[in-house]
Amino acid sequence: MIRQDANRIDPKRRATIDHKKRQFATPTYKQQDYPHRLNLYDTPPTAEITLEQFEQWAIDRLKVLAEIEACSYRNKSPAETEAHITPLLQKYLPLSSNTASPNGAADPRLKNERQKDHYSHFILRLAFSATEDLRRRFARAETMLFRFRFQKDDSRERRAFIESLNLDWEPVSEDERNQIAEHLVSATPGLRRVDEETWYKVDWEKVAELVERRSVFMRRGKAYVPGREQLSMIMAEFTARLERSLELTSRALPRLDEDDRLTPILNHLSKNFGSAESVYSEAEGHVDGAAITASSIDSLAQHFPLCMRNLHMNLRKNNHLKHFGRLQYTLFLKGIGLSLEECILFWRQSFKGKTDDEFNSQYKYNIRHAYGDVGGDVNRRGRGYPPYSCQKILGDNNVGVGQAHGCPYRHFSVDNLVGLLQGTGVHDKEVLRGVREDVGKQRYHIACNRVFEWSHKTEIKKVKEDGTWSQADLDTIVHPNTYFKRSYLLKSLAKAPPRGEA
Amino acid sequence: MPHSVSADSSHRDEEDLPDAPSGGEKDVAGVKLEDMFDDEDEDFPASNAQDMKMESSPAPSPAGAPTATPAGVDTDVMLAFYQRLFPFRYLFQWLNHGVVPTKDFGNREFALTLQNDAYLRYQSYPTADLFRKDILKMNPSRFEIGPVYSANPRDRKTLRGGQMKPISKELVFDIDMTDYDDIRTCCQKANICHKCWAFVTMAIKVIDSALREDFGFEHILWVYSGRRGAHAWVCDARARSLPDDRRRAIAGYLEILRGGSQSGKRVNIRRPLHPHITRSLDILKNHFAQTTLKDQDTFASGEQVEKLLGLLPDKSLNESLRRKWEASPDRPSTSKWADIDALAKTGKSSTLNTSALRDAKQDIVLEYTYPRLDAEVSKKMIHLLKSPFVIHPGTGRICVPIDPLKAEEFDPLTVPTVMELLGEIDAYDAKHPPAVAPEGGADIEGSVQNDQDTKGARKLQDYEKTSLKPYVDFFRSFIANLLKEERAGKREREETAPAVKADPMEF
Repeated sequence: MIRQDANRIDPKRRATIDHKKRQFATPTYKQQDYPHRLNLYDTPPTAEITLEQFEQWAIDRLKVLAEIEACSYRNKSPAETEAHITPLLQKYLPLSSNTASPNGAADPRLKNERQKDHYSHFILRLAFSATEDLRRRFARAETMLFRFRFQKDDSRERRAFIESLNLDWEPVSEDERNQIAEHLVSATPGLRRVDEETWYKVDWEKVAELVERRSVFMRRGKAYVPGREQLSMIMAEFTARLERSLELTSRALPRLDEDDRLTPILNHLSKNFGSAESVYSEAEGHVDGAAITASSIDSLAQHFPLCMRNLHMNLRKNNHLKHFGRLQYTLFLKGIGLSLEECILFWRQSFKGKTDDEFNSQYKYNIRHAYGDVGGDVNRRGRGYPPYSCQKILGDNNVGVGQAHGCPYRHFSVDNLVGLLQGTGVHDKEVLRGVREDVGKQRYHIACNRVFEWSHKTEIKKVKEDGTWSQADLDTIVHPNTYFKRSYLLKSLAKAPPRGEA
Repeated sequence: MPHSVSADSSHRDEEDLPDAPSGGEKDVAGVKLEDMFDDEDEDFPASNAQDMKMESSPAPSPAGAPTATPAGVDTDVMLAFYQRLFPFRYLFQWLNHGVVPTKDFGNREFALTLQNDAYLRYQSYPTADLFRKDILKMNPSRFEIGPVYSANPRDRKTLRGGQMKPISKELVFDIDMTDYDDIRTCCQKANICHKCWAFVTMAIKVIDSALREDFGFEHILWVYSGRRGAHAWVCDARARSLPDDRRRAIAGYLEILRGGSQSGKRVNIRRPLHPHITRSLDILKNHFAQTTLKDQDTFASGEQVEKLLGLLPDKSLNESLRRKWEASPDRPSTSKWADIDALAKTGKSSTLNTSALRDAKQDIVLEYTYPRLDAEVSKKMIHLLKSPFVIHPGTGRICVPIDPLKAEEFDPLTVPTVMELLGEIDAYDAKHPPAVAPEGGADIEGSVQNDQDTKGARKLQDYEKTSLKPYVDFFRSFIANLLKEERAGKREREETAPAVKADPMEF
């Protein structure tokens, strides 16, 4: 099992102070001296910092995490991410290794850097432990940051750090290694010589993925892992510990309510992080001047991204959509500015086979719920739920039989996808080839953006030449509603050329 | 109804026991139906226990009148089995991991299949006695065992969503002969014979050794599923608490055959062979020679020959093999298998890659003998699996444990059926007449008697009079080993536990 409790005391050595007395003892905190650059964030900080530091440090870290998330989200390769992140880290969250200073870890500069890293991590934990979604995203971004730093770390320091962690890794003795050398070679893929590696014996549960792929030697419940799998094991350990403590933090969070200095800062922080993912904000998808009514959807559908067009085509073909399809489409329509009344009208007209009674009893409530017209207090105040972002749509990994929601780039087989694209007028061989390639590499955004760029190529060229649209306006699309808005604006610009003074 | 006498009726054995259903039966049936649909069961178990005491006759079947189950195991026989033979006490100890009732048993889900095929989930019982009483009352045709939940499964409706979580269950495996239909020639579907049971035997050996040697599990209970398969229950504490992703990892580790029967070559494994596969091959080699080549004569038909050739890598070798086999259609599989090497040696094929051929032959051995697990059963903690010692309603056979060390000696066709066992009790009682004949009718005296049968140091239990005895004894010793370790583990936990109270303020 994972040695979960670093502070677990050997029963024989356990302090035998009466817990009643202990209650009144002065707390003694572990002094943090940060001997290593990296930190698994096991011990919470205990020293005092100012409120300004509290906020500033958190914001600095948040900037880095938001960028990291944006990189993964735009499918940047590790090298691209590194190039993007390194200057930001240098600016906001520098963390030098011991060799960077002649005094080693004792240098006050290093100490300050590490303190900031440590404190900011724990502040953000407070800010992001409230909901399941925030916890998951925070853990993911932190893990990526940790991985990034771990890989950059000086190899000697890295070893010292790992040793300091006191993980339950038992090195395999040379005798034992020689004894089972043959098994090690045949069990571990990509291995040439057994004595190249340091081997560790760990509980197999820690390396479950290796076990599942049958690429590790197992004996009596222990997995024999080569040193180069260290990274993945440390990462697993880091994520597991972080997730567990976030869970604990969230339970302790209500007690913070009494503190009226920190709570506003924390709430503010978590809101900021929220905008990094769903770029969509209230007015994002709305297009000024476009008359969006139930009857205009058919003509507007040409501006829809493929996922929504697919839903629309299915709706027109079958006069019906299943629940998740309706939900995805309704929220999208809400996002482009279709009012609730028009939306209900749209669905009523679309479901031709249903009587009014059936429609009202089976479907109407869900539409109103999505708009926040009915439902619990939270739903109504939040005006329903936000339109789904690409990430949300892509994340749905079981689109079942007869369902049309999801992202065609991800959930269709390549041949069906190409068929659908051709059905919507994308015939260019080069584009289709690119789409196949992107989808093969699981770069679904890129494929979608490729199609967008192709189908709006003349308009894009024009606005670029005019200089009316900056590069930022043409950034990668990561939200179906952004797709619609951009497409609509580009096409209407082309129709009415002398409008572009903005 | 000679056997349908409550075995726990010893405290009132002087009472005149009616040997026919009593007049109150109709009411009882009504009460029972109500209970069955009453999800809350608030006053359970007190009221039910009362019911049982008030009853002068054992609980009748839910329908009020005996109805026959498919194989003629009628409800009376079923009831008699539960009353006299089913080892409730050991089943309790097994699931409870101790003698004093704990949450391990109390929060464990049972799912009962009633005689009318209704399926009752989320049943749970605080103690072995209450468990027994409810089973006697419901008289299910079979019941399944689910996970231990964080709360009592009966309270699930009073809990808010997400509060009742499964926290532990034995790691289970399911081997079913139907998955072997494409490679067995002797039987199809639900039928089995000695020839095809060999597949289960080798599966037990392979899985058992992998679980013990690779994963270090020690308490593995193999159970005959009653017709054509076997279940494994891995009961080590470490296995019971595995979360689903770790269970999936084990299932993946053990799974070698992938894809359905239409997907062509199903074994695609990396070279060099993983030690688990090497060991499995060593176990399976002889079985392949005996079962696949001799007993099943798998490659006799033209269709199977084509399939075999499809798995061999070299085209020109395949051509010469096909010519040779077409010339002598009656050639047995063993000779055909030998032909592959013989022809390869003659060097007729210039393109032949000997190591590729060796690998292909290994893959074939695995494809035709490696265990075919129903992996879904193992992957989820919440999966329900039929309890040991229940009756298979189709065959009437008892789901008895199999000793993996003597897997080869296990013969599914001689596993006792419930009718045989009841007959054995009668035969025994006839041979060993009780010292003092009671007042009651001759039919029931045996069963009443046996509770006060003080011959020897202790009374003889009904199962000890039958051929079920060795199986129950095996189960008992299995539990004894499990409990021994469990006690040691508990002591250790208690010693260290108080020190590590999670501090909620520690982030």
